[in-house]
Amino acid sequence: MSTTDAAVRRHRAGAAAPPPKPIHAEHHALPAAGFLAPFLLLYLLFIIGPALYGLLMSFFDTSLVRPGLGSFAGFGNYAEALQSSDFWSSLWHTVWFTILTTPPLIVVAFGLALLADRVRYGRWFFRLAFFAPYILPSAVVALIWIFIYTPGLGLLETALGKIGITSPNWLGDPNWAMPSLAITTLWWTLGFNFVLYLAGLQEIPRDLYEASSMDGATPLQQIRRITIPMLGRTTTLVAVLQVIASLKVFDQMYIMTSGGPNFATRSILELVYDEGFTNFRTGYAAALSMLFFIVVLAVSAVWFALVRRQEKEV
Amino acid sequence: MTPLSRRTLLRGALGAVAGVGLAGCSAPVISGLSTGHEKAGSLDYWNLFGGGDGVRMTQMLDTFRAANPQISLSAVTLAWGNPYYTKLSLATLGDKPPDVAISHLTRMKTLVASNLLEELHLDDLARYGITPDKLSSTAWQAGLVDGKAYAIPLDTHPFVMFYNTDICQKAGLLDTAGQLIALDSPEKFTDAMQKAKAVTNAYGGVVSINGDTATPWRIFQSLYSQLGGQTLADDGTKVVIDDAKATQVLTFLQSLTSGGLFPADIDYQGAIATFANGQAGFYFQGEWEISTYQTAKLPFSMTLFPNLYGGSTYAVQADSHTLVIPKQPNDDAARLDRSLLLIKSMLDQSKTWAEGGHVPTWLPFRDSAEYKALTPQSNYAAAADGAVYDPPGWYSGSGSNFEIVTGSAIATVLGAQQSPADALAQMRDQLTHLSTTASPI
Repeated sequence: MSTTDAAVRRHRAGAAAPPPKPIHAEHHALPAAGFLAPFLLLYLLFIIGPALYGLLMSFFDTSLVRPGLGSFAGFGNYAEALQSSDFWSSLWHTVWFTILTTPPLIVVAFGLALLADRVRYGRWFFRLAFFAPYILPSAVVALIWIFIYTPGLGLLETALGKIGITSPNWLGDPNWAMPSLAITTLWWTLGFNFVLYLAGLQEIPRDLYEASSMDGATPLQQIRRITIPMLGRTTTLVAVLQVIASLKVFDQMYIMTSGGPNFATRSILELVYDEGFTNFRTGYAAALSMLFFIVVLAVSAVWFALVRRQEKEV
Repeated sequence: MTPLSRRTLLRGALGAVAGVGLAGCSAPVISGLSTGHEKAGSLDYWNLFGGGDGVRMTQMLDTFRAANPQISLSAVTLAWGNPYYTKLSLATLGDKPPDVAISHLTRMKTLVASNLLEELHLDDLARYGITPDKLSSTAWQAGLVDGKAYAIPLDTHPFVMFYNTDICQKAGLLDTAGQLIALDSPEKFTDAMQKAKAVTNAYGGVVSINGDTATPWRIFQSLYSQLGGQTLADDGTKVVIDDAKATQVLTFLQSLTSGGLFPADIDYQGAIATFANGQAGFYFQGEWEISTYQTAKLPFSMTLFPNLYGGSTYAVQADSHTLVIPKQPNDDAARLDRSLLLIKSMLDQSKTWAEGGHVPTWLPFRDSAEYKALTPQSNYAAAADGAVYDPPGWYSGSGSNFEIVTGSAIATVLGAQQSPADALAQMRDQLTHLSTTASPI
């Protein structure tokens, strides 16, 4: 009511009318706050609150089995973490996992999306087939792949044996355990990136391709010069989501290898679990998770800078 | 009267649904938000028995339910090891503990030190016929803290040797009475494995290595303690590994896999399958897998883990399952009575439990002719006397960081990924770090 009336009045008043006042939120402030309140309350109670308590805990020798915060430790937990080889090796394992999974998850998803986009009949089937693993819970995926990777009896070893390749001890060899987990993760989470890319592909105007083919561009050049640049924002989104999700990896390690063999696949979050819950040292675990938070913050800052630059270009 | 608008209808429907929802889940919501249990006459029991002995436990619980229809027993089985103890600790800390729970003897002391268990008074126990003279004295004494009782031992579960009677017959390893010959030296042991391998055309024996830190620790500890070796002292604050003895055991274990007698890459389930398929003549694990092989109708028997180094003193790695009552948020005599009733019922059904492979600690059954007639379970009853428990310490016990650290290092030797010297150095390093960390308890 207010918008049209004001606009009509301005029109009648003529060109000398003052610039229209912005729609002020006075009338909408209270309902807006009301709608946001439940979420804000839960967010404060379950995310912000515990995070701040965790920060507090990291300065104390808090124990899981003793009430209260325990004795004050200052930066002792942080010093212990930074000097602990367990912390640095877990961090490295997490980074290694991220390196192993992120490029394939971008490239393979992009390739499959390209192919699925060009399929004429049955596109729904390919979308379903590639996305379906993503809806499985992590425990189911882990159990399926434990069977596939079983030494001696597993599907992978039998199948590779039939074509004459001796497979390594997938989950038992420290050199192969992380790549095995990466392959499992690739199969599992490919669908999400695939769907993002497919949507992005369908947004590229077809006349760009037509114009370029009239100018004599080969399909490969079209992909390189049109598709990939136009998908720039999707790629940035996929890459950052993927990196952050890989940094937070826990389920696959916990279920499939328990951080083994010989701690070769223990990720940083699993170290937090081991120290905090198995060892009862929640103060030290809180310090570990704060250090991990700094790492994730750094990655997010990089993304933020990238996105801001991209927004300015558009 | 204004006609019913869509907005009013939606509002009304939302209100009705909310009302029904709140009424329906009010009971769980209230019990979830408050401390205490849902209803009177209920009993919560937590255990960590999956696999073969899980089946037996379910049988025993069903018998209890049939005999006590007035009690609604709710039994929860959680994954063995850390996941079980973290949940038990947190549930007790959050004032929502189960009424009765299973605890390994080696973990029970840590729970007591963390003030998470109720003391069991002897007069309460006596009311239900549970007295110290009816329980195996080794297990009972080991469970006392400052002379006070906190746990009722249900069994002792040692590390044992399974052998395929058909394969051993063909390999000439059975004596005239059909019993396995004594493998009481490393040479006799290796010889037997080679003979079995010749019959199976695959492996002589098998032990679980991958993704399993408990089994490598157990086979190492059995041999290491036969040599008289210790790992921790002073409640876990000192590492006292004897390098010479440990290297001797690790080198021997390495020779089994590198010599092709045992598979070097096999996980828990794979090891079970290898023995069940007759691809190995011997299988080394805790006795609880007996039900698996009985169901598979494999011709097998079980005996004590071989005494390779012990001479006249037998030693083997073992632990005991005990029944404990976690610290309750309020004193409820009726609840305590129900809990003790369940504990007595479990002890009375020691026969079913022993059929699952464990060595009973309930003397009225253990000393009976019935148990002696139960073969192959009674073959290894002597293991309970030579049982070597994990050293005490806040980070030690079944499924604890102590076993994860040691088991990981030993598994690398079995899996031919590290030399015994490197694995030992790694183990000592990590244990020293744990031993010098201040106890959070």
